[in-house]
Amino acid sequence: MFYREAGDFKTSYVEDNQTFPIKFDRWRYYAVLAFAFAVVPFFINDYWVNAIFLPFLIYSIAAIGLNILVGYCGQVSLGTGGFMAVGAYAVYKLMTSFPDVSLFFHVLLAGGVTAIVGVLFGLPSLRIKGFYLAVATLAAQFFLVWLFNKVPWFYNYSASGQINAPERTVFGTLVSGPSADAWAKYIFCLVFTVIVAVIARNLTRGTQGRKWMAIRDMDIAAEIIGVDPLKAKLTAFAVSSFFVGVAGALFFSVYLGAVEVGEAFGINKSFLVLFMIIIGGLGSIFGSFAGAAFLVLMPVLLKNILVGGLGWPTDLAAHLEFIIVGGLIVTFLILEPHGLAQLWRVTKEKLRLWPFPH
Amino acid sequence: MKMKLISAAVAAIVAGAPAMADLTFTSLSYRTGPYAANGIPFADGYADYFTLLNERDGGIGGEKVNLIECETGYNTEKGVECYESTKGSGALVYQPLSTGITYQLIPKATADGIPVHSMGYGRTSAKNGEVFNGIFNYPANYWDGASVAIKYLLSENGDNLSGKKVALVYHNSAYGKEPIRTLEELSKKHGFELSLLPVDHPGQEQKSQWLQIRRDKPDYVLMWGWGVMNQVAIQEAVNIRYPMENFIGIWWSGSENDVLPAGDGANGYKALTFHNTGSDFPLFADIAKYVKDAGKAAGAGDQIGTALYNRGLYAAMLAAEAAKTAQAMHSTAALTPAQMRDGMENLEITEEKMTALGLPGFGPSFKVSCQNHGGDGLTAVVQWDAGAKKWNKITDFIAPDADVLGPLVAADAEAYAKEANITPGCK
Repeated sequence: MFYREAGDFKTSYVEDNQTFPIKFDRWRYYAVLAFAFAVVPFFINDYWVNAIFLPFLIYSIAAIGLNILVGYCGQVSLGTGGFMAVGAYAVYKLMTSFPDVSLFFHVLLAGGVTAIVGVLFGLPSLRIKGFYLAVATLAAQFFLVWLFNKVPWFYNYSASGQINAPERTVFGTLVSGPSADAWAKYIFCLVFTVIVAVIARNLTRGTQGRKWMAIRDMDIAAEIIGVDPLKAKLTAFAVSSFFVGVAGALFFSVYLGAVEVGEAFGINKSFLVLFMIIIGGLGSIFGSFAGAAFLVLMPVLLKNILVGGLGWPTDLAAHLEFIIVGGLIVTFLILEPHGLAQLWRVTKEKLRLWPFPH
Repeated sequence: MKMKLISAAVAAIVAGAPAMADLTFTSLSYRTGPYAANGIPFADGYADYFTLLNERDGGIGGEKVNLIECETGYNTEKGVECYESTKGSGALVYQPLSTGITYQLIPKATADGIPVHSMGYGRTSAKNGEVFNGIFNYPANYWDGASVAIKYLLSENGDNLSGKKVALVYHNSAYGKEPIRTLEELSKKHGFELSLLPVDHPGQEQKSQWLQIRRDKPDYVLMWGWGVMNQVAIQEAVNIRYPMENFIGIWWSGSENDVLPAGDGANGYKALTFHNTGSDFPLFADIAKYVKDAGKAAGAGDQIGTALYNRGLYAAMLAAEAAKTAQAMHSTAALTPAQMRDGMENLEITEEKMTALGLPGFGPSFKVSCQNHGGDGLTAVVQWDAGAKKWNKITDFIAPDADVLGPLVAADAEAYAKEANITPGCK
């Protein structure tokens, strides 16, 4: 009944190659976009934006970025937290150095800076693979955090080493700082998320994505059929770091507003984003969203149910959260090792035949 | 996307019913994670004092107190979630017990018009009330602590520290970095040599720092630690046989939980404090009667009288006194956050007031004003007696070196005012 292809005729190559070839899927996608852009901003308040939407959108961008590197190109990275820190500190330096420029460009430039740093730390990937590469990127993580702690220039010589986001505008509307409206912050991050998702989706469907996947599946074979591993791996690092840098910039400037590098961008952040894409599904854009939603929203939901709804003590609820989220992760991965994205794919297949499976 | 919306909708339904009560206080506590050992006693003390007021006096000025607790795990993201989820409930004041979260809340709470009381932590220059209208850090701040520690060392050494070596072991975060600027100034003034040894979060690994101390043999070690870092540092100091009486912690490194794991080795360890320790105060009889024996104690109820429990109690007491001041000023029992701010700005703690509360000599007398949101910074030194398992106050409350701190506070507040476009002035 749902997701039927019957009667959905394609008369041109463009139609046949579109992102969502099934009509129902396409309309669902439009509906979600319309809801996100036209309905949510009118009903959003500070709690929703700061506790639910911003973390979800920003972690989705980071997860998409990491998914390109790990899921599509097969290069394991544990440096996500460090790269997010690069984005955050880059945007901080840009915001304080050029206060009159729109924050939009600052965020993009911060992504660019992160891309350069990402390529530098991606260079070892030409020589080492798998776990060894993971260790090399782990070094990037620790080095970057140490650097931002050590060199006072990065935090403008403040006494505490904290960086604070000043108030900056986009098209005359405040998006960073304490007085920014909830809807403005939300729309700003939503625009970035949609752009990143569309770019990532199209990159991975095209030549570039095929090259990455060829490298992921077997790099020697890929080299034989004419894929240049140097270019493929370094572009993957560049694109991935760009997205992660954008996520880090938004995380600092719009979401938190004040950041301490060791606490906000430590090794835990790298693992969190890696878990997001593993649970969501490696090599899937939808999986990045699903994984981010699972790991960001589930704890908030559980907290609200256990403390807000049932009135349990906060420490008991906090411990139970770990148990429940951990248990769910194990359950999901046993039932479906390819993550939530695969679960979604199977559901779609079933829905196509429903209610007459035979 | 779909999944998100469904779960978000459920979250909103569940979160959408905050209890509206008369006087709402929030406790952004942490009873889990690497800082739980220190977070639990503070949260218990904070909650128990309000329970006592409700049970014994029927609240503050006839209005019951509604305490909302939210678990932050000392994590800034969770802290933001807690702030956003509780600010709609009419919260009068925030006491996040985390310098990182305080930095986070300073601009947010200022924009929302809710005061923040970072008692002995947070941004030191919040002492300047003309720039930080709604942020308070009385009765003492980190720079006071650093100054008093050096003053104490001066008094131990016949007012001469030149040529001495002082090492600072600190939590590598905004919190731990706070005293560095002051200590650098003081080292210039008094001619001691300062070395800095950062310890990364959470602080379980400090072998290399203590190896360096063993090699350099500094005359004194100061510590700005928190959570599990304190216990590890004290144990490492015992392991390298560092003389404990030359090892001084800030008030956040001076709880029973920090010294007990090291056993007898920790005997003689010193720490700063801005309030008294122990449970030899008349108020504790009331706590036993109305809270503990009534089965209403927060947490496990086993922390009563410990250093951090007393600090939580003290924080709650100052909040309640500020609320009373505000009620008197505005002649209303129900308060708004703006009225609470006025109450905090006109708070005066005197010896008579504390005696009337059943806490004679518990803390220093001080008076808050618009120019001075930080009190006088009076701080005492306590020493751990491992045999009796208690802290002994070994000095009176010492005043910090205002000549050094004044310009530093002014400079940092001015920098913030410039950054945040604030025109300094009294409300």
